Amino acid sequence: MSKQAQHWEKSRGLLFMTLAIWFVFSIGIFLFGAEMNEVTGPFGYPLTYWFTCQGSLGIFVILIFWFANRQEKIDEEFGFSERGDD
Amino acid sequence: MIKGNFIDNLPKVYGIYTGGFLGFIIIMSIAEQMGMTAKTIGICFVAFTVAIYAIIGYLSRTAQADAYYVAGRQVPTVFNGMATAADWMSGASFVAMAGGIYFKGYGYMALLVGWTGGYVLVASLLAPYLRKFGCYTVPDFIGTRYGGNLTRFLAVVVLTVASFTYVTAQINATGTIASVALDIPFQYAVYVGLVSILLCSMLGGMRGVTWTQVAQYIVLIIAYLLPVFWISNKMGAGFFPHFMLADEVSRIAELEAQFGFVKNSAENLKEVPKGLAGITKAHSAVNATPWAFISLALAMMMGTASLPHVMMRYFTTPSVKAARKSVGWSLFFIFLLYSSAPMLATLSKLSLIDPSLPTGIIGKSISEVQAIDWYQNWNQANLMYVSDFNGNGTLELNEFFMGGKAVVLATPEIAGLPYVISGLVAAGGMAAAMSTADGLILAIANAISHDVYYKIIDPKAETAKRLVVARVLLVVIGFAGATIAAMEIQGILGSVIWAFDFAMSGLFFPLVLGVWWKRANREGAIAGMALGLISGAGYLIWVRNGGSGFLGITQLTFGIFGSAVSLVAMVVVSLITSEPSAATQKMVDEVRVPSGKSILGKQH
Repeated sequence: MSKQAQHWEKSRGLLFMTLAIWFVFSIGIFLFGAEMNEVTGPFGYPLTYWFTCQGSLGIFVILIFWFANRQEKIDEEFGFSERGDD
Repeated sequence: MIKGNFIDNLPKVYGIYTGGFLGFIIIMSIAEQMGMTAKTIGICFVAFTVAIYAIIGYLSRTAQADAYYVAGRQVPTVFNGMATAADWMSGASFVAMAGGIYFKGYGYMALLVGWTGGYVLVASLLAPYLRKFGCYTVPDFIGTRYGGNLTRFLAVVVLTVASFTYVTAQINATGTIASVALDIPFQYAVYVGLVSILLCSMLGGMRGVTWTQVAQYIVLIIAYLLPVFWISNKMGAGFFPHFMLADEVSRIAELEAQFGFVKNSAENLKEVPKGLAGITKAHSAVNATPWAFISLALAMMMGTASLPHVMMRYFTTPSVKAARKSVGWSLFFIFLLYSSAPMLATLSKLSLIDPSLPTGIIGKSISEVQAIDWYQNWNQANLMYVSDFNGNGTLELNEFFMGGKAVVLATPEIAGLPYVISGLVAAGGMAAAMSTADGLILAIANAISHDVYYKIIDPKAETAKRLVVARVLLVVIGFAGATIAAMEIQGILGSVIWAFDFAMSGLFFPLVLGVWWKRANREGAIAGMALGLISGAGYLIWVRNGGSGFLGITQLTFGIFGSAVSLVAMVVVSLITSEPSAATQKMVDEVRVPSGKSILGKQH
């Protein structure tokens, strides 16, 4: 398999992982919104309420930075990263 | 200012600017102590900030195509994040979001999840690849990837439909704020708003918009966070509201149980002024079905990833790597405001309905409430209303009505903050609406000038001529938007949500499959864009005219239907027609790696 194909395979793997996490916190947990809201979440808020106010939102921020770092590593591994910039 | 090593000096420049703005707030509060009237303070805030944006717009003037279209591709990650956040957060986010949460609770908060979750799709599916492509506009990508003028033209059509729906709402919002702050009729205020918007974008294009948006973000985030923290501290709810309002949230639930949600008769509701609503839904309980929540969130997420004015912000970063990081920063800066909106809604609601707080009005006698200063002010502004439906002389929860905007606009005054905060909030709302309007008008004008005029009509046009055309279009589109806004057809938020649905119907799958599915070809893209947009729009018209809809898809989520049609059409048509040329497939391979030259040249 060519270097490029391997790079793409890894990138696609990362994409699926990212989308899986995204799916859980944007869609998955809200299938059980009513049940989850009975539980007390972080800082004492009802759990589903907390996810809609802060939890999911914050997780998305972290997820994007995590994705960006992982993708950079993959690019470096195969020598496809850009040089001389931020 | 925007010359030489301006980029290196950015933190310093915006640091001084932020300090200057804070200084201005302090001067205004001293002036208020010395007797400056509320009206003068409002005018000062709006005029001062708009003047600053205009100066930045003037200093960013340019005669170069890549500076005009993509800010010379040298905007650093963090600053592009701020600009995107301002571009993204509209007048609706700023003025109406806390109100929506206040009235509708959980069902509305799907928008918070949708408008942030979409950025994960932007970062992982699209932004870095479109940056590598090196396009100036979103239709530029579609036109080059799939080939042919028809694909390019259809992308421009979808972009224009979505962005134009959105931009009228933003010009409307600038008009509303300008008319209140400057005390002029709305019909004129709309054009004052428009001129302010054009001052930022006309001379410098994307470069001007970028640097004004950063300035606007700083104003709007200070204007949003300062009152939230101040009110929370003043009420004794906690010095860091985001982590400390659990007691307040459960207290609201307790009060809701105590008061109950009494349903008003249609007869009684007739006397309530249009646009005002009462509290009829639980604050923190789950009050929507899973599908109602998820479908709205999903539509907003896919819409986010298809809106061209957001995507084009990532064309301005220096590299692919920077584009990815920049999406993270954008969402971080958006998160600062979005996570504060529910806290503001909580504080606002509790301060009004808790009888044990000095500001609480439920349980007081109607005449007592009607005598309160702030009630009279906001009643006059048509944003508050009380009526004694059951004739017992006491204000009940179901007898108090408020406009959605009042949560942001009136809460500082109710909590007893000085007027300077209200002036600051007006400046923040203006910044939010202006920055989004600028991004949208520029997206439309650039698509028409670059893709329709330069790429299709006159490919030999010189740079100077292209930029003249771009600027003329900017003004024309701005005036068209303002004229429609002046007619006041629909509320701010309705049309904002439609824009997401239009964008996802026509553009989501053609964009995503353009990168992720090599087999996608021109015929498929044409079918995907045309049928997606037509079926989405058709569904909207059908439901608006009394159609029952299906699968629980409403007029707010019609993009789910449109994009499903788009996906099926695109896959089927691509598979029954021949695969894309070897050159196109090689181009897709190139797009998938960050290194190497971009597909389109620096000047094209």
